[in-house]
Amino acid sequence: MPGREEGRRNLSEAAPRRVITAVAMSGILVMVFILLFLMKEGMPILRDASITELAAGRLWYPVSSPPLFGMMPLIAGSMAVTLVSSVLAIPFGVALALFLTEICPKRISGFFKITLEILGFLPSVVLGFIGMTVIAPYLQVRLELLSGLNLMNASMLLGVMILPTVATLSEESLHAVPQSQRDASYALGATRCETMFKVVLPGASRGIAQAAILGVMRSLGETMVVLMASGGAALLPESVFDPVRPLTSAVAAEMGETSVGSGHYHALFFMGCILLLFTLVLNVLVIKIESRREAN
Amino acid sequence: MRKSRAAALCFAVLAAAFFSGAAWAAEELSINGSTTILPFAQSTAEAFMKISPGTRVSVSGGGSGNGAKALIDGVTSIAAMSREMKAEEITAAKEKGRNPVQHIVAVDCIVPIVHPSNPVSDLTADQLRDIYSGKITNWKEVGGPDKSIAVIGRDTSSGTYEVWNEKIMEGTPVTPRALISASSGALVQSVAGNTLSIGYDSLGYVNEKIVKALTIEGVKGTPDVARSGTIITSRKLFMYTDGNPTGEVKKYLDFLVSDDGQKYVAREGFVTLK
Repeated sequence: MPGREEGRRNLSEAAPRRVITAVAMSGILVMVFILLFLMKEGMPILRDASITELAAGRLWYPVSSPPLFGMMPLIAGSMAVTLVSSVLAIPFGVALALFLTEICPKRISGFFKITLEILGFLPSVVLGFIGMTVIAPYLQVRLELLSGLNLMNASMLLGVMILPTVATLSEESLHAVPQSQRDASYALGATRCETMFKVVLPGASRGIAQAAILGVMRSLGETMVVLMASGGAALLPESVFDPVRPLTSAVAAEMGETSVGSGHYHALFFMGCILLLFTLVLNVLVIKIESRREAN
Repeated sequence: MRKSRAAALCFAVLAAAFFSGAAWAAEELSINGSTTILPFAQSTAEAFMKISPGTRVSVSGGGSGNGAKALIDGVTSIAAMSREMKAEEITAAKEKGRNPVQHIVAVDCIVPIVHPSNPVSDLTADQLRDIYSGKITNWKEVGGPDKSIAVIGRDTSSGTYEVWNEKIMEGTPVTPRALISASSGALVQSVAGNTLSIGYDSLGYVNEKIVKALTIEGVKGTPDVARSGTIITSRKLFMYTDGNPTGEVKKYLDFLVSDDGQKYVAREGFVTLK
């Protein structure tokens, strides 16, 4: 009875498919709900301040009267920590991945990978604490700074935090480059160094770019580390040793005590919208890279 | 056979536990609000549960603003606040048909602190204001070494900041160069780790082993001074209820202001009412 067999198979296939669809849809629904909530709570700030005042204002005094909602120093702070930490961590991460796949003996690379994973599990509050009690006093005394809690301190910690993400994902895409390409390169008389930089690395470049963007996103969204180690002054940073106040730490520090429904409250939700916009742009970038890979 | 009997017994025990649990939950009391008050709210809640078995007290921090919001929304029985309720919050409460009643539960004062190696030991209120507004930027201007001052403050939304802003700054804006600590504990840590720094914190958090407390115009921050209000930075800590408290809420608040309850306040480093 082939018909009945088929019917049963259809049923046994349809049930899991429906369950999975339902679960996936609920995920999307939650996302949409969060988005609407952010907009609903964030947009009313536009009644108190224009978009140019928000984006180009240099003074963040949300509870003075009249309140000043200049978010430029905070946006600059977020961008600065993200940029400096990425510059510190991404080259290291890619180099580490290259070392693990191409140079390191198999036995030792296993040990390295486990160490990297453990580094990835490190809670960010622990990193922040190290930044506050170890790195900050050291930086302050050694470099004779006003304070060791600054852009550099937070960026170094964020760099350590995103290094495992970048290294592990890059390593995976380097690994995916077929051995036959390496063999072909050697067969043409290329040295190991040439093979690494001219064959393997370009072959994995899209995967590495994705790894880097994921690292950047993590760095942008991280809260605890910057809250504890960046100094928290709402300044436009002029050097890497200036204190900064990224958007995430402003939201985390100020949300608790602000009175609900005030301009300050809406301004903090608006910052959430800005952060969401940033991650959205980065996500679109990842999707673009992905689709180009598929097209090839 | 035996197995099923054991299972039935298990079920009976669980059911009994569940129903007695449900009966317990009937007398539930929740406190929500200021992180400054959290330490002694927690220890008095534990002590209260011991003397009044059958009542469950749950304590959560999240800030004075959150406490007020919870009381307005009717999801907490007590809002703990390190500042007075603002006019807009009271209006919001009235709109929802709630009537916030204030209870003073402890006293506190805010003390300026510096690194232990700093020779400066006294500042006037004017000097403190000028340091925080960015007018004075070098320690030599207030009798210290020729070094820049690292000003450390608190978030504009913390209760400690609001008291400092009102009593010392008198509305003058804090310099944007000031470093900001997210919590009372973090501020003490930052000052202890920076020889050039100045900060301010609630008396309960000032640990004189790692930081040096300054006097303000010769007045040292002590419990007596805070209670009498002689020091300019003294403040009161509050709990708010919706209407006059009754039942378990009243019992808890009575316990908190009694001599027994105030012992816990003192143990956490705050100043008792008497």
